Amino acid sequence: MGTYLIRRLLLMILTLFGISVIIFVLLRVVPGNIADILFDSAGMVSPAEKQKLEAELGLDKPIVIQYVTWIGGLARGDFGYTYVSERPALEEILPRVPVTAKLAGLALFFAILFGVPLGVMSAVRQNTVLDYVLRVISLSGLSLPSFWLGLLILMAFVHYLGWIPIYTNKPDRLWDELVLLSIPAAAVGFRASALIMRLTRSSMLEVLRQDYIRTARAKGASQTAVNYNHALRNAVLPIITIIGIEAAFLVGGLIVTETVFNIPGVARFLVEAIRWRDYPVVQSLVMFIAVVVVTVNFLVDMAYAALDPRIKYED
Amino acid sequence: MAIIDHQAELARAGGKVTGFWGALGHLLRRYPLGAAGALIVLSIVLMAIFAPWITAFDPTTTNARASLARPGGAHLLGADFMGRDMWSRIVYGARISLAVGIGSTSVGCLIGVSIGLMSGYFGGWLDLLVQRLMDMLQSLPLLVMALVMAAALGPSIGNVIIAISIPLVPTVARVIRSNTLMLREMPYVEAARAVGMNEVSIALRHVLPNTLAPLIVLATAQLGSAILVEAALSFLGLGIPEPYPSWGRMLSESAAEYVRTAPWLVIYPGLAISLAVFGTNLLGDALRDIFDPRLRH
Repeated sequence: MGTYLIRRLLLMILTLFGISVIIFVLLRVVPGNIADILFDSAGMVSPAEKQKLEAELGLDKPIVIQYVTWIGGLARGDFGYTYVSERPALEEILPRVPVTAKLAGLALFFAILFGVPLGVMSAVRQNTVLDYVLRVISLSGLSLPSFWLGLLILMAFVHYLGWIPIYTNKPDRLWDELVLLSIPAAAVGFRASALIMRLTRSSMLEVLRQDYIRTARAKGASQTAVNYNHALRNAVLPIITIIGIEAAFLVGGLIVTETVFNIPGVARFLVEAIRWRDYPVVQSLVMFIAVVVVTVNFLVDMAYAALDPRIKYED
Repeated sequence: MAIIDHQAELARAGGKVTGFWGALGHLLRRYPLGAAGALIVLSIVLMAIFAPWITAFDPTTTNARASLARPGGAHLLGADFMGRDMWSRIVYGARISLAVGIGSTSVGCLIGVSIGLMSGYFGGWLDLLVQRLMDMLQSLPLLVMALVMAAALGPSIGNVIIAISIPLVPTVARVIRSNTLMLREMPYVEAARAVGMNEVSIALRHVLPNTLAPLIVLATAQLGSAILVEAALSFLGLGIPEPYPSWGRMLSESAAEYVRTAPWLVIYPGLAISLAVFGTNLLGDALRDIFDPRLRH
């Protein structure tokens, strides 16, 4: 286990290093940096000023030097300065993390709350009308774009209540904030719960066919006991893996939903930074997202070993 | 335990099916949801092909007098702020969605299959390298990767196709690789080697065709994601540029404002995206059941 852990951690670092190179190169191979944008759009920068701007931002240096500067800074906790507000990128990012974390947490909570029980129901009543209805609902959940669902929710609010649940000012109390965030979280969580529901269903169906389920039934255990104590507990492992996949899946939903509901979170900030070609922020945010996703996947792997005594990581 | 009705079981399994129409009828009865999906996809394809014949207005011509026209009358689904007909824009939008969806899925599958086949068949350090690279690409969410690529490449249909296709590669490569690993050990591969066939020909002639079934299943699933990602990119203003009518961008044009004033501008494009993806997903599920009976539930 110890050696496995170390190898796994080294692999994580290698992956993150690779991502940093890919993102860095990707953002630079194509011509067009912030100096070009300012130059083209406003005509406010003369060629000499443009050169000065590029020198100031370090854009005139060779790409390898730029990369080393960036990575060296990252290692020291220096995320660089944003071009737009000229403040340290970290100062712009950190205050946006809590709201996104709350939104993602709520969405995941909704997803599990609805996804797991409905998936179990669907599997237990396989090929009944209920199963078909639940399957069509989960498939449509995967087909609706989250941003459209968000817009539909806004529309329903306008039509029936006459106001829009937009996150303008941060509510004072945590509870009020969570209530307000639960509306966009529902838009993100619907898609996530659809995925959990589908995978819970197929995982349950797999387990329900096992011999030990028949044994449990034969010894006279009640239907509920069989479904929840014997089957779900064994089906839960693959479901946990899905939560690892969800981490990456949720980010996509967060990006568009934060935009629709005007939530000042990390995900919307990424879109804004991309529009501005604000390299330091885009790089740092993408690395931040990659770190979160890679870490979640690592923790899920560890949880897997902890929950299932049959799985032992050795070399 | 009831007595097994062999005739009924045989009929259910398609034992008595003859001819093309018989097979079609059997598939329709056996996979009603899949058939519905195929029908939806087919209608959207037909809509895209016959776009000029089923629309009365040009999708890009503006008309100040029709600005924000309500649905009904001359404009079946209303008109947008610039007075462009919604129905026309949705019909022509199908062309964009399908072009980007099919284009990026094909490019992604082509690259993914080549990588997966090489890495699975030849193994060794190449396989190790490719696996690590796929790990890296897969650690970034699909939309994030597509966003960064689309932004870096700049707005054009071709660039959007590339931006969406690259993030699709790892999934395809993984599936094809694991399939190849299994197929590589098949007796017929050994036989081909025994008669002196060279490795590249074996990989292309004997292994590749056998990965086709999982590829079709995967490609259908990817098509749905590709359409969704294109919509999200265009919604965020980093996808298909003007003047092409893209379903995603139709929702971005100050959609939050039209939620109050012109709901039809919000409802119909979203409905089009959802229907297209829903149809693709239904079809994909049925194809998976047909091609991969082990996963059938």
